[in-house]
Formats: sequence, structure tokens, C-alpha cells
Amino acid sequence: MASKLPLAVLLTLCLVMGLVWADLDFSGRAALASIFTAARVALIATILAPALAFLGWTMFRTAERARTSSMRMAESVRLIARVNSANRLTRTGSADQDSLADAVNDLAAERARLLAEMQALAAEARASVEQERNRFAAIISELDQSVLVCNREGRILLYNTAVSTLLARHGNDQAAHSVGLGRSVFGILDRNFILHALETIEGQAVRGERGSVQFVMATVDGRLLRVNVAPVLGEAPSIGGAPQVTMTGFVLLLSDVTENVDSDSRSVALFQDLVEGTRRATASIRAAIETIVAHPDLDVQRRARFASIIQAEAVGLSERLEKLSSDFSMRLRQRWPLEEMRAADLLALVARRIERRKGLAIVQDPVDPRLWLRVDSFTLVQAISSLAGRLQEEFAVRDVKVRMNAVDQHAQFDIAWKGVPMSSETAFNWQNDAFTLGGEDSPLSLAQVMHRHGGEAWYQRDVPSQTNYFRLLLPMATEGTAVRARPSLPSRPEFYDFDLFYRWPATDADDSRRLSELAYTVFDTETTGLEPNSGDEIISIGAVRIVNGRLLRSETFESLIDPRRAISPASVQVHGITPDLLIGQPLIGQVLPRFWRFAEDTVLVGHNAAFDMRFLQLKEASTGVKFRQPVLDTLLLSAVVQPSESSHSLEAIAARLGIAAIGRHTALGDALVTAEVFLALIPLLAAIGVQTLGEARAACEKTFYARLKY
Amino acid sequence: MATRVLVVDDEPNIVTSLEFLLQDAGFAVRTAGNGQEALEQMAQFAPDLILLDVMMPVLDGYEVCQRLKSDPKTRGVRVLMLSAKGRDVEIAKGLELGADAYMTKPFATRDLLAKVQELLSR
Repeated sequence: MASKLPLAVLLTLCLVMGLVWADLDFSGRAALASIFTAARVALIATILAPALAFLGWTMFRTAERARTSSMRMAESVRLIARVNSANRLTRTGSADQDSLADAVNDLAAERARLLAEMQALAAEARASVEQERNRFAAIISELDQSVLVCNREGRILLYNTAVSTLLARHGNDQAAHSVGLGRSVFGILDRNFILHALETIEGQAVRGERGSVQFVMATVDGRLLRVNVAPVLGEAPSIGGAPQVTMTGFVLLLSDVTENVDSDSRSVALFQDLVEGTRRATASIRAAIETIVAHPDLDVQRRARFASIIQAEAVGLSERLEKLSSDFSMRLRQRWPLEEMRAADLLALVARRIERRKGLAIVQDPVDPRLWLRVDSFTLVQAISSLAGRLQEEFAVRDVKVRMNAVDQHAQFDIAWKGVPMSSETAFNWQNDAFTLGGEDSPLSLAQVMHRHGGEAWYQRDVPSQTNYFRLLLPMATEGTAVRARPSLPSRPEFYDFDLFYRWPATDADDSRRLSELAYTVFDTETTGLEPNSGDEIISIGAVRIVNGRLLRSETFESLIDPRRAISPASVQVHGITPDLLIGQPLIGQVLPRFWRFAEDTVLVGHNAAFDMRFLQLKEASTGVKFRQPVLDTLLLSAVVQPSESSHSLEAIAARLGIAAIGRHTALGDALVTAEVFLALIPLLAAIGVQTLGEARAACEKTFYARLKY
Repeated sequence: MATRVLVVDDEPNIVTSLEFLLQDAGFAVRTAGNGQEALEQMAQFAPDLILLDVMMPVLDGYEVCQRLKSDPKTRGVRVLMLSAKGRDVEIAKGLELGADAYMTKPFATRDLLAKVQELLSR
């Protein structure tokens, strides 16, 4: 409309002038023409020029307005495309532009719908992958066998708790600490063995064979590990051809075979002993008997002499066989599939089975939850409940009591009842009768079941209390294996990260690396006081790792340290570590090298890290341990992100970022909170353009707090 | 003069039988209960052949054999090793250390006597 206005004005002007001209008679026209003669031209121009100028300006403005309106529209479209897909163009009132705006809005709506659909699909796929991964991780973490998956360079992508347990059992504390995502497997296992295995596998692959390599290696403490190495194959694109199968990593299965080897070699020794002993005895017998046979005319004295030789050797042989058979049956028993089980669980099973019988009540004494057994629970429960059944049927017993206690090296199980005594003959029969259960005959008797367990069973009567009981002695699980309760796992295990197949944390953390892809050790210390320069000492170090943007709660470092000096009462109030807790703890010179290894190849992160670093620096001379990696400080980073906030205490930051500050004021607890704070700070830093390690360090330096020096 | 045989074994039962059998076959026989005794018998008895057990206290048969075969004065004495050790490697070891023959216990006494005659006729 606006663009047509000047045209209308012009046309109207022409029309008016035309009508005026047509209305005039000849003289009028002459007069008018005379007006337009040269003398008047200037006058007319003076009148017309502003009109024309106005006309031109109006036309320009109209075009300009149309142009800015298009530009605005373009900006809005760009906004929809790049930033906010929910944004829409506004109608301006111009019919042309409005129809264009409507079309763009339709397009945007359609695009938003497609985006939402795609996101939903992606989320679904992600969830399913995530579920698969968690299921997989759960399986791996429950395996008794130790599993390690590494990429080609030997960086650990997955491990399970069995690995840590296995290495810790070897008293190899340092190795146990070296298990971690993104860490090198060569920190745990001899590099040469593994490289040799990989070469062998590659050699097999060249010949078109696929297989794994197995070897046995000795650990520092003299135990034997069987290591099975299998390749992880992947397809690598090759130039102008079909994808090529290459080894992208390898899987290691570790098992402790020390006991198997010991047991095997004991078996071999037993066998050799048998063979040689038998040969020797047989040689003597044969020589003697052949002498007698070859000399029928031997005098009585000589004959008696050879006969006694034969007899003595034969007796020796029998004894040897007897011993062998008992040794052998002991071995067989050891091989019987006995499982480790909590005594409480076994008792509960027994109780449940007995309660199923009508008219028989059972009382259970409390059991020490730390008592573990080595039993064949199925046959044992059958045997015991069958005893209870016979008591009810043949002795009209209505109440039985079961209890279990540790006595010396055995677990002592009693099933007790009140009433008339049982004859020793009945007791004997009950132990040796094959028991029936649920109508089915079992081939076993209680005596056989006990024999399998290497245990004993008998009937006894306590006269004063008129109580009868069958007592069963059962093997306890050996110490060490019984304390096998796994550490409770976080709901989502953090023992694997297959993204590391393709990228892994920088070992050389240079300033150009992005914050989100570095590996970190977030740490905290507790000290005897606040004056490192006046002799205050570290009494505790706690740390946790962040790899590939994930907080690895299962990879932590925690140690108390004997400071060999007094702790200020104010400090005790903060961390609650009293001097008596530190007696006998390792010294700083022992702990720092371990911590150094834990933090190797990572960037250090601390809250008010300058304070902790000062303590570490002061120990460089005496311990020889130098921390040369870059250090980031969450206090400073927080000040970079939120310069207007006045408090950057760990509590204040955690509260602002919505992080629960649980377990504070222990070194590890604080390290964990600091780590969560740090992870939350990374995207906030990115939003203000701080993305790399170098940028983060530069930004820290500029903040006010950076001038604080301890 | 009868051919002399020294029987060396720490088990008296087999020594008794072997002593009787060898004497019966016409040999002059002496016995020793371990390697040390055997070496002591060498000078005065000067046997032509030794029946030598391997596993013995004080000095084992391997060691006795090695010493006899490395001494020029006793190198010519025939050594027949008798042992309950019957694995290939153990037999090989005995022969490597200079035994002229090796028999695994138990053995037929007839075979033993035949082997003794064979060694002495070499």
C-alpha cells in the first residue's frame, strides 16, 4: 500500500493538470502556456521541485522499509534454524510478506515435528543401548573371573571387581590402585608378556586363524596368574576396497592358578611316591619269592628268612595303599562341588523346608552372620529335613529347634527336640538309612552326606534338660574366601567405557585439550593445621578420578598419614581425626609415591588447590615426589563463572549448583563433592567461552582469588 | 678266583635275596647299605661289577657312579643300576653318568643274573 502512494499522488497531479488544460479555451491555454514560457519556468520549477523531491523520498522510504522487513524476516528464519526451533515469524500486515511468513512458519512447524520425532527415536535407541550396556556391565561385574578389556595401546576400557580383588589378594596394593579406566594395563602386567601374546595372535591372524593365547606369569609376590589374551576385532576402512579386519584391542582373562598348580604338583608327587614305593617293595618281594622258587632245596632257616621278607614287604605295601586311598579320597572330597554359603542362609533353608510339614514347628536360634560354610546345601538340607520328618512320624515330635555355632575349625549344627531318648541302635540306623524326601528315594544317607563334607554326625542327649539332639560338624569356609562379600556397586557400574576404544584421556595434557576430554584426579587433604610454612602436616589424602567426563566412584584413593606431630584442636574439630587414629598409619614418604602413581597422567583438581599444593611442594625435597601436572582449582573456576557471587566455599558452590554435600570433611568425601562441582562447572565454563585447559588456567589467573598465596 | 660283585642298596630285604642268588651263581659277594660304604669297599674288595641302587642316604647312586667312572682306577668296574625310578629321564641320567646298564625295579631275578653275566663278558 505504502509503495503505491507516491504513484497515486503523481497520477492525480497529472490528471488534475490534464483536466485544467482541457477546460481552458484557446486564450486560456495561451495564457497558461505563456505561464510556462521561459520567464516562468523558474517559478514553476520552484513549485514542482519540492513536490517531486517529496515524491522521490516517499518512494525510497517505502523500498527501504520493505528491505529491512525482509532482513528481519531472514534473521528470524535463521533463529528458527539455528537456535530456537519453536520461534515463529510475526505477521506485519503486508499481504505479500504475511503469506511468506505463513509459509515459513508452516515449514518451521513441520521441521519442529520432525526434530521431535528424531529426538524421540534417538532417545529410544540410546535407552536401549544404555540398557544393554548396563546389563552387560552387571554380568561382567558379577563374574568370578577377572576380566580386562583394553584398546590397542593397552588402555583399560573395562574391568570388573574381580580384577581389583585378585590383585589386592596378592597384597599388591600398588597394582590394585593401578586398575582404572583409561589407565595402562602395563602398570599391572608385564608388558613383554602381553606384547608377545599380541604378536602371536597377529601371526595367527595372518595365517587366517583366530584364537587366543594363554600363558602363566608369576607376580611379584610369587603367585601364579594364568592370563588368557584374546583379540577384539574391528573393521577399519581400507583405501579403495572392502573394509579390513584389524585388532582394535584385546581382552584379558586372569585367574590365580597358584593353588591349582600346587594341588596338581601335590597329586603328581603323590603318584610318583606311590609308583616308586610300590616298585621298591615289589622288587624285594619278587627277588625273595624267586629265590625260594628257584631253590626248592633251601634249608628251613633260609626259607623262613625269605618268607619273613615277603611278609614284611607285603605288609608295608598294604599300609602304603591304605594311606594312598585315604589321601586320595580326601582329594576327591575336596573336589566335591561344595559351595560357600552363609550359615544363616542354610538355616533359613532348613527352617523353610521343615515348616512345610504340617504339625511340626521350628525354632531358630540367631546365627552369627559372619559364619560361612563350605557345603553341598541341597543334599544337606534334604538330609536334615528328612531327620525332622522321621522325628515327627516315629517319635511324635511337634517342636524342633535348630542352631549353628562355630566351634574350633568347624561349624556345629544341632537339631534338638525334647522327649524320650533314642536308642543308640536307632540313631545309628537313622544315620545310615538312605533318606526319602517328597516320596522320592535319595541314594544317600546322612552318614554319606557327612562323609562327603569331611564332617561327622552323632546323636546325643543332654540329661538335665531332657533334650535330645543330632549334632553335625560341617566344614567352615576358609578365612579369606568367606570374606568375599563384594563391595556394593553403584547402581550404574563405572567399570567400563567403550568410547575409549576410539579416544582416550590425554596423557600429555597440553593447554589445547578440551576440558571435557581430559582425565582428572580430584583430591583433597586434611592437615594438622592451616600453616604449611610453620610445620603443619598432611594427615589424610583422598582422591577420585574423572575420565571421559565421568566421575569414577569406584576408583578412589584414601589414606591416613601419621604426621609425627600434634594436631591443632581447631583442626580436630573440622575433620574429627584425633591423634590416636593416626598411630601406626603410614608416613608421608610412603603415601605420596602411591598417590603420585594414582594421579599419574592426569590433571589435578582441588578446591582451593593452592593450599593443598603448597603442602605437597614442601614435601618434594624429603620424599622426592614431584607433582608436575597442571592443576585446576574449583574455587577459582567458580569465581570465573560467577564473578558477582561473594562466597566460593565448597558448600556455597555445591548449594548453588544443586549438589548434595554429603560426607564432607573427610578427604575422600570432600574430593567427591569437589569432583561433582568440577563436572558441573565444565559446561558453565564452556558457555562463557572457556573450553580448553589453557583457557581455564588463564581465566583462573585473572580472578581476584588467584592472588591469594599460602 | 671268583668274579666279585658288590651289592649296594639301603633296603636290606632285597640285599639279602640278591646276595644269596649271586653267591649261588658262583660270585664272590659283598654288600653295602649306602653310597659312602660302597666307595669304602672299592679299594679292599676291588669288585668287577656293582649292583647300584639310586635312592640311598648319605651318597646316592648317581653320585657313586659318577665318582667311579671319573677315577681311572675304578673306571673299568661295570655298574648295573637298579632303581625304583623308572621315568625315561631318570634312566637317561643314570646312563649319562656312566652306568653300563639300568634296570627298573621290580625285575625278574633271572633277567638280572643274565644282565650281570652279559656285562661281565663284555
